[in-house]
Amino acid sequence: MGALREEDMTSALDTFPRLLLRNAAERGNHPAVREKDLGIWQAWTWAEAADEVRALACGLAAQGFRRGMHLAIIGDNRPRLYWAMAAAQALGGVPVPMYQDAPAAEFTFVLNDAEIAYAIVEDQEQVDKLLEAKATVSSLAYIYYDDPRGLRNYEGLVSIDALQALGRDYDRAHPGFYDTEIAAGDTDDVCVMLYTSGTTGKPKGVCHSHRAFIVAGGGAAEFDGLTDRDSMLSYLPMAWVGDHLFSYVQSLITGFTINCPESADTVLTDMREIGPTYYFAPPRIFENLLTQVTIRMEDASRVKQWLYAACMRVARRCGAEILERRPVPLHDRVLYALGDVAIYGPLRNMLGMSRLRVAYTAGAAIGPDLFRFYRSIGINLKQLYGLTETCAYGCLQPNGGVRLETVGPPAPNVELKIADNGEVLLRGAMLLKEYYKQPDATKESIDADGWFHTGDAGLIDAGGHVKIIDRAKDVGKLATGAIFAPNYLENKLKFFPHVKEAVAFGNGRDFVCAFINIDIGSVGNWAERRGLPYSGYGDLAAKPEVYDLVRQCVEQVNADLAVEPGLADSQVRRFLILHKDLDPDDDELTRTRKVRRRFIAEKYAVLVEALYAGRNVQHIDTMVKFEDGRSGMVSADLRIEDAKVLPAQSMKAA
Amino acid sequence: MASLPVQALPASKRLDEPPPAHTRIGPVILSVANISLDFGGVRAISDVSFDVREHEVLAIIGPNGAGKSSMLNVINGVYHAQQGRIRFKDREFAAMQPHRAAAMGIARTFQNLALFKGMSVLDNIMTGRNMKMRTGILAQALRVGPAEREEMRHREVVEHIIDFLEIQAYRKTPVGRLAYGLQKRVDLGRALALEPEVLLLDEPMAGMNVEEKQDMCRFILDVNEQYGTTIVLIEHDMGVVMDISDRIVVLDYGRKIGDGTPGEVRGNRAVIDAYLGATH
Repeated sequence: MGALREEDMTSALDTFPRLLLRNAAERGNHPAVREKDLGIWQAWTWAEAADEVRALACGLAAQGFRRGMHLAIIGDNRPRLYWAMAAAQALGGVPVPMYQDAPAAEFTFVLNDAEIAYAIVEDQEQVDKLLEAKATVSSLAYIYYDDPRGLRNYEGLVSIDALQALGRDYDRAHPGFYDTEIAAGDTDDVCVMLYTSGTTGKPKGVCHSHRAFIVAGGGAAEFDGLTDRDSMLSYLPMAWVGDHLFSYVQSLITGFTINCPESADTVLTDMREIGPTYYFAPPRIFENLLTQVTIRMEDASRVKQWLYAACMRVARRCGAEILERRPVPLHDRVLYALGDVAIYGPLRNMLGMSRLRVAYTAGAAIGPDLFRFYRSIGINLKQLYGLTETCAYGCLQPNGGVRLETVGPPAPNVELKIADNGEVLLRGAMLLKEYYKQPDATKESIDADGWFHTGDAGLIDAGGHVKIIDRAKDVGKLATGAIFAPNYLENKLKFFPHVKEAVAFGNGRDFVCAFINIDIGSVGNWAERRGLPYSGYGDLAAKPEVYDLVRQCVEQVNADLAVEPGLADSQVRRFLILHKDLDPDDDELTRTRKVRRRFIAEKYAVLVEALYAGRNVQHIDTMVKFEDGRSGMVSADLRIEDAKVLPAQSMKAA
Repeated sequence: MASLPVQALPASKRLDEPPPAHTRIGPVILSVANISLDFGGVRAISDVSFDVREHEVLAIIGPNGAGKSSMLNVINGVYHAQQGRIRFKDREFAAMQPHRAAAMGIARTFQNLALFKGMSVLDNIMTGRNMKMRTGILAQALRVGPAEREEMRHREVVEHIIDFLEIQAYRKTPVGRLAYGLQKRVDLGRALALEPEVLLLDEPMAGMNVEEKQDMCRFILDVNEQYGTTIVLIEHDMGVVMDISDRIVVLDYGRKIGDGTPGEVRGNRAVIDAYLGATH
């Protein structure tokens, strides 16, 4: 390999291992990653992180890991698991992060599909699942773990510490090896393989190049002016494209600090302690946070409740406008300033959002009211649109140009157009290289002109902003011919803190019906305050009082829909409250908690039929899986109720 | 690029920390001999003897009123037996004293939790370190150097226990606000703070649901495995007992009617009679 070429390669910052070396050289003493351990935030600088990655990479090399091989990475967000990604990339290998909460049976498919021989995992839980999967995964040979707890008597495992010790010896014995490997990397090499959550069919391995993620991460970082002074909380699954872009990619590109929480249960406390400046969460997390705020306000004293309600009225009126620096009458400004001292400031502090400059949400449509709530208390929450196949990069809302119902204009370096059937098409360097071992699927989703077919239905408004309505295949028509966008209805229902999930039916039917999942935290609290006894979820869900509560929510949504052009027919005529939570373990939701519409319609076909047949009670037996893998039957008699429907408002009234 | 020599997968034994010195069950660490205990005219325990070996998990089972809790209370000195002797680590006692038991490395948890409800999880576990504090109350109040250093050392031990029991999210929560299963875990944490050699657990899984029981079992086995702590526990759930114990002692009406491995006890006629009634 010629000297000139090598020099070119190392000077070009076009792969992640090279970006890591750049960060170690240019901001060696700046914290790269923090982790809360034993109650204390431990930090590693970029120089230390680069050194850890080097040891890990050399250790893997000593164990026979080679260019082009795949490395499975499974666990919660841990510094060493992020380093494992960089280590694999440094050797020209491909990290394959996997969802840590999936059961062993779900691992098997991905492990086999990606021909995994090497895996780096967090702890005993993941080791156990891998050993269970190993029976059907012949390629799996090497397992490394981070946390030694409970693994003392296991044979044939190696700790990351030991692997790194091996790597340091190897590095001394093979000087120049590591640098040569990094120099041999190419920007068009595959840098990561992310499996899609698969709302339909088996998961597909999405292969991305270094170039794609650098374009996506760099574009977004520049768009929002991110610097190495920024700080991010890394708590979303490492297997999700969102975490990969925001925690791993952008941190390497800009040099900002990522923070790993102590455990999944401590995220809220940890967030308050760190006070990140940059934050990313799917809508359901913002929903949960708001639900908690609402619950706690309901428990507060009368005076506080009154103050909160009064301040939130002011915020609703002018908060978002002030954030966007639009003209607002002076007396509203004064009231907002007072509210900021009394409520918004402390509330932001309680949520750990005091230092937040930019927050994004994506992954599902966010309820407009929910979105407005955060913006109105001064949090710069914006929406973005992207898919696993586009490095989560497609559209971004610019500061000062945020509109509730759109996801913003196409991001820098992204081309976007709407196909004749209403489907959103994307083109640019951030597109996937291919689906792993599925050339047909690749050909199907990227057409001859290089446009990627997203499967989302959308439109571009007069201002050039993109509005995503629903999944293209979900959008249907009622028997009356009116448009039926189930996601849109469900999101409206889910904004109520009492409603956790909703599934709307109506395609090809005369009217719309819905399944509701109550939020046990919120409704439970509501029931306790009314002295309403209940034994568990199923019991609470069946209470007539709870049905009344939910009916009020449904009717309010109907009132909103009645005034929206073209959506009056989508009002929910009948609904029922499910006797169990919809659960990814029962395949009703994806791991990212999206409703699996078709599966639910089949599984609960009796209930759908009962809704449309006009029955008032329906018996159902349901199979459920428990956390330990066993399954059992739950049966219940569900009540079905009608909700009031308003006539469509005339155009004048709308 | 020249192909690299593939280093053979090292055996975990060589690369990892050396295996613990205790290779599971060791010699007898605690033995009770011919213990009899009366409350007035009621005989709670009569002439019971058994051994506890180092690093084992020993379960004491028996129907209600068989004298199980009394036996634990005799071992850690809450009750004083009228007859018999206790031998712990080569020292023999006619009667144990609670503070001496604690000082010698015997910790226990209680059937009906005895935690400070208004104090945080952290502070409750910290009270378990009380025996190990050396600096005086004045030094601690003034936070002078040695007291502060000592506090940091104890806090580190406590943090390891919090991490071990996975209760990081409740570190600062008052114990009274926690669910029952979590309170049991805190109780265990406080006993662990003593860094005991022998841990007496009085119905650690009473009143728990299936999931909480599974968690508790795992914690008990992990304590036993990771720290080599000898465990003596009373438990009613036979599934749990058969699963996690190395040996089982069976009491009935204050007498020992069985002693052996789970397999042996399961086949023991007297035990079956005691549990199912003699005329089954």
